[in-house]
Amino acid sequence: MPERGQYMAVRTESLLEMKGIKKSFDQNHVLKGIDLDIKPGEVHVLLGENGAGKSTLIKILTGAYQKDAGEIYWEGKPVNLQTPIDAMRLGIATIYQELNVIPQLKVYENIFLGRELKRGGKMSMLDHKAMREEAKRCLGMLGQSPNLVDMQLGKLGIGQQQLVEIAKALAFDAKLIIMDEPTSSLSAQEVEQLYMCVEQLKKKGIAILFISHKLEEIKRLGDRITILRDGFKIETMPVQTTDPDYWIELMVGRSLDEKFPKQTFTLGKEGFRVEGLEVAGAPEPVGFSVRYGEIVGIAGLVGAGRTELARAIFGADPSRNGKIFIDGKEVKIKSPRDAIDAGIALITEDRKGEGLLLDQTLDFNITMANMKKFAKKSRLIDLKGIREEAKRFIKELKIRPDNIELKARNLSGGNQQKVVIAKWLCTKAKVFIFDEPTRGIDVGAKVEVYRLMNELVENGAIVIMISSELPEILGMCDRVLVMREGKITADLPIGEATQERIMKAATGA
Amino acid sequence: MSQVVVKTKNEVMNGTLKRVLSKFGPLIGLILLIMVLTVLSPKFLTVNNVMNIARQSSINALLAIGMLLPILTAGIDLSVGSLLALSIMMMGIVTVNMGMSPFLGILVCLAVGAGFGWLNGILLTKLRLPHPFISTLGTMNIARGIALIVTGAAPIAGFPYAIQFLGREFVGPIPVSFLLVIVVYVIFHIFLTRTQTGRYIYAIGGNPEAARLSGINVDRVLIIVYTISGLMAGLAGLVMVGRVNSAFPLAGLSYELDAIAAVIIGGASFMGGVGTVWGTLIGALIIAVLRNGLNLLNVPADFQMTVIGTVIIAAVFVDVLRQRKSKKA
Repeated sequence: MPERGQYMAVRTESLLEMKGIKKSFDQNHVLKGIDLDIKPGEVHVLLGENGAGKSTLIKILTGAYQKDAGEIYWEGKPVNLQTPIDAMRLGIATIYQELNVIPQLKVYENIFLGRELKRGGKMSMLDHKAMREEAKRCLGMLGQSPNLVDMQLGKLGIGQQQLVEIAKALAFDAKLIIMDEPTSSLSAQEVEQLYMCVEQLKKKGIAILFISHKLEEIKRLGDRITILRDGFKIETMPVQTTDPDYWIELMVGRSLDEKFPKQTFTLGKEGFRVEGLEVAGAPEPVGFSVRYGEIVGIAGLVGAGRTELARAIFGADPSRNGKIFIDGKEVKIKSPRDAIDAGIALITEDRKGEGLLLDQTLDFNITMANMKKFAKKSRLIDLKGIREEAKRFIKELKIRPDNIELKARNLSGGNQQKVVIAKWLCTKAKVFIFDEPTRGIDVGAKVEVYRLMNELVENGAIVIMISSELPEILGMCDRVLVMREGKITADLPIGEATQERIMKAATGA
Repeated sequence: MSQVVVKTKNEVMNGTLKRVLSKFGPLIGLILLIMVLTVLSPKFLTVNNVMNIARQSSINALLAIGMLLPILTAGIDLSVGSLLALSIMMMGIVTVNMGMSPFLGILVCLAVGAGFGWLNGILLTKLRLPHPFISTLGTMNIARGIALIVTGAAPIAGFPYAIQFLGREFVGPIPVSFLLVIVVYVIFHIFLTRTQTGRYIYAIGGNPEAARLSGINVDRVLIIVYTISGLMAGLAGLVMVGRVNSAFPLAGLSYELDAIAAVIIGGASFMGGVGTVWGTLIGALIIAVLRNGLNLLNVPADFQMTVIGTVIIAAVFVDVLRQRKSKKA
């Protein structure tokens, strides 16, 4: 295979080298001299806690930020990345978590957006035929059907939209593709498809800078891994011969006692029951129950109807005929307000879109679901009481920075999640439904969220956790419900729950 | 770990600086404007003229404080100018044409404004019209049409003293209408910062879905918001009738735009969730001072419009610059 030989030959040369990159914002030194080298055809993983400097480093690489010091070499030559266009010209493309696509346009129009191919001549008309052909070629490289080119992009699933973005990168001959947590919102099949595409890209000699918090994924795809902590590069090492526990140790600067600090409590009586709940779009009514002292996980593929079930229980979306019991007493839930009054909390998956007021202060965010509590006899709000309460939760949950006057926007993902949890603790909820509670937050913050769940159970709360991360389900839950197409297809005690059994129930295979 | 601490202090400092700027930015603008005009015109900084400005600003100030609420929820109320006209026409019919009690007239005036405002809220929340721009554009035309129809486009004059009192009288040198503005603004300040509904208005503007999932009855709050905005249109109308001693169907034409301008110059965000009562007052004063100053300097009305347009753009641009700077840091 001549192609393979070719790529082997350049393998030793670095495609990209960054040396001593420094970056500060005012007195805030975010990058303190980072080295990074990426070789053609490798998947290079960047791992670090939120705030370690990953995003800043990437923004320098894509020309969005200017470095303060250090050098960047591209194929051995020094380069100056002043603008995103400079980076694009070199062949650096980025696939962000939030996709940069226009749903109303067709797939090929998206692929050539901003760089449309034109026919010669004075009129400079668009050459749709050439763009279609080229788009087909790029999609083909990713193993996608050529029929996709004329589809309206918004009609595709998130996974395919992401592949279109990768095709876009290929269309302008990207040599380095940066992927920022690309699998965080994909279903299991879509994740598989993405992995296959990454393999394809590697074979073509395209380098990938891969950012992910998922250790299994890193182990599967990565060639080398670079760990960042507090603006320093800690180490670069091969993925296959090193231990993920060691990466985490380097990343957090201490050894995490356990990834899943599971505590087992004595099982109590039934505290929460859902009966015959008809969720919109689900084929049949759903019911389940939870006992005190257990954490019940709800596993399943993305789109299995788990979030829909949670929202229906919470009164966020309309549902029919269902009965919900707390401590054996039926509660009527027609709106989120009813649910909150009944003592139910829903920690939504999308904390920025559905959980937080990004431009409001932490005390406002923490108390907004239970403002009633702070209304005095005069009906005016006790502002001092609000601040005291917020301070108490910030201390209890170790929210950083611990300043109630800060806007939620300025916190890291993990701390934002803690603010959302504080909001629900403030409502004195009894039943906590967590929907993907650790998505996009770093390993250290994950463990804190798990500990909190333990504490909740210990203090007599009902805890339900929806998660697409099987290790998390297996590591933290006492019982696992599996959903597929809106139905509960399995109810497994943790002792009988294995990855295989869950996947079987989730896929119907 | 020291890194984290540095970042924290930095952010706090930035936060304080930003807060100070966004709190006092419009005020600094107003003070600069007053200083410049004082130098340019000897007549500007006199008790008489200042009280004149206070009086002139009061109608727009009342409309603007009503407008602040929809804008805080990321909405808009285009109907207030028309509601002002309809409110005073109905008051004229009740008190002048039908000779009923002036207090009933005042009640009708406020009720018409609030009632149409309530309708704006219902159209938005229950009919699920996609944006208040549309519902209030509709009621803007409907209300103006009715105002013209009810008297066949004729004005109504000769209002009883009780109705004229607010817009006409003075306490010492201070116009009653401006005292009314101060009282209303204090009430709004307390309402927005210290009551549940007030805080919910900010929450809805910041993130309507998060607000709903936090148990806030978003529809109810929005209906209250538009009802209050309409009520303020009625109140502004009351002041206007006292000022000119007549009600005419084209009163308040395009006043909604001045009200929006005041709110925006006062630092509120069109994206919702950000804005204060005092900023709005300063915004209304800036517009009034500018108009008054330009009049004193004998600048023709057409040029005044140009200047005010420029100020709107400049004020928001300064805000954009500030945001950009704070985001980078």
